[in-house]
Amino acid sequence: MIRASHLSYAYPGGATIRFPDLDVPQGAVVLMSGPSGCGKSTWLALTAALVQATAGTLIVARQDLPPLGKMAADAWRARSIGFLPQKLHLSAALTVTQNLAMAQWAAGQAQDKQRIHAALASLDVADLAQRKPAQLSGGQAQRVALARAVLLQPRVILADEPTASLDDEAAASAIRLLLQTARTHGATLVIATHDGRVAPVIVQADAGQAAFTSMRLERHAAQVSA
Amino acid sequence: MKTLALSWRYLWSRPLGATLNVLLLSLGLASITFLLLVSAQLSRAFDKDLAGIDVVVGAKGSPMQLILSGVFQLDVPTGNISLKALTALSANPLLASVIPISLGDNLGGFRIVGTSHAYLSHYGATLAQGRVWDAPMQVVLGASVARKLGLQVGQPFVGSHGLGAGGHAHGDNPYTVVGILQASGSVLDRLIVTDTASVWKVHEDYTAVDDEDRKIMEDEREVTMALIRYKTPLAAMRFPRLVNTTTEMQAAAPAVEISRLLHMLGIGTDVLRAFAGVLLLTAGLSVFIALWSAVRERRSDLALLRMLGAPPARIAALLLGEAITRRALVASVLGLGGVVVIATERIGADANSRLANGVEIHLMPPCFPECRAACPCGRGRGCAA
Repeated sequence: MIRASHLSYAYPGGATIRFPDLDVPQGAVVLMSGPSGCGKSTWLALTAALVQATAGTLIVARQDLPPLGKMAADAWRARSIGFLPQKLHLSAALTVTQNLAMAQWAAGQAQDKQRIHAALASLDVADLAQRKPAQLSGGQAQRVALARAVLLQPRVILADEPTASLDDEAAASAIRLLLQTARTHGATLVIATHDGRVAPVIVQADAGQAAFTSMRLERHAAQVSA
Repeated sequence: MKTLALSWRYLWSRPLGATLNVLLLSLGLASITFLLLVSAQLSRAFDKDLAGIDVVVGAKGSPMQLILSGVFQLDVPTGNISLKALTALSANPLLASVIPISLGDNLGGFRIVGTSHAYLSHYGATLAQGRVWDAPMQVVLGASVARKLGLQVGQPFVGSHGLGAGGHAHGDNPYTVVGILQASGSVLDRLIVTDTASVWKVHEDYTAVDDEDRKIMEDEREVTMALIRYKTPLAAMRFPRLVNTTTEMQAAAPAVEISRLLHMLGIGTDVLRAFAGVLLLTAGLSVFIALWSAVRERRSDLALLRMLGAPPARIAALLLGEAITRRALVASVLGLGGVVVIATERIGADANSRLANGVEIHLMPPCFPECRAACPCGRGRGCAA
């Protein structure tokens, strides 16, 4: 679940951005759309407790974020947030398995090969375990990155522009995969995108199965000068 | 997955860059180490040969040449001095010891030095085999000489005229090896040491035409120079001036001449230190650049690690692990280099011998006035005949 009210963030430069209120239950799907520079990345950073809101309340996965200390925030993020970045950032130096092991390392957990295998298997990429990222196709790489995002069984999955540079068919299948994975893990899914193709796919694929909330950020409306 | 294992994989994801970086650092550090070692060895080699010699008295000429020829046995001497004049000087109460040195012949490029037993004891020489000479025409070989020429105790040899190979062979007066010295790292290693009387005998027999001639020569006997130790430091103020103004000889202080030499060559310690400093800076910069580019290249990767929940300290440990791995590689490369250097060191002679034998120094032949008449060209000292 994510609950945000009167949330605002002041950039170091001085500008302040105010976000619309949001209240979605666990397992919901949130589509956050808007043009570049409207504050999508900032909202994701706030939700992942990478930065602290200047004002307002933000409760993610039953955790009240603003009072969280930095160390506690890191530990909480490792437990609760799965992140699928726009650029997948699979480390070229490591194999698929090692890339997933790195997520366990980052979270300060011991390496659990069984869990890695299960995560890869759930996304049908277990046979690619020993390959390097350079040997993967775009779709395979995205599946591996998604396996990494759900490896630690997060409560919330944040996907940043998951359909950028994909053709219509690939974009639709990527969104369907995201929805299915989130549902399998019972995670709340937040998709931040400026891609207009995403919303119809969610509506079509997920109709009636999950609470679907669309949140649109507008650059001029959201951004208020300090 | 362990932090160090992860660092190792990251390091080797760019093998060329990592190898070049390790190589650059190793070269930088090796250069510094080499510079410091060479400067230390050079000054130690100089110090060893110079130890206990306060002043060198020889024929007038270049004082540096006198030191180089007399103490380090590198250059040709400035000429000869009369034995009578030296004996008179030896009576001076300011002097603790006077060691005569007579040059003129060589064997296979190694100098035959006529001197007294005091020369051996001055350098603390110990015998590896045999004994020291007790009569003229007996010699003691330095360690390098014995090894290179393959001479044994009891073996006779004939010296050749001049200080470089290829002079006239003194076939009438063979020397006999009676002892071989232990390697000491001093100038003795590359000398053939004998009694002063041997040098006189060889050259008098060679030059004298009759007994009367021989008598005159005995009266006018000469040595090439004398190594002198003062009884009191105060002597340094008076003795050189006394020699330089009242005799036909000159007194040169080795310490002064060597510091002048090092200064002239531009390898004064200041220059060395500055050079080492620049190298150290370069090596330091390469460390910094390696780390900086590691961070810059992977800025987004590192951001992702934060997103995955890694605290800043864990990411810093990852980068530090990479740096440490790199340093460990540098250390192993340096260690390997060190082993190679030590192995070479064992095969080759000590630093001092290399100083003389490794560098091509073309020594010019004779200095004995008796020989001047005998030289076909008649030029005397410095002639190549």
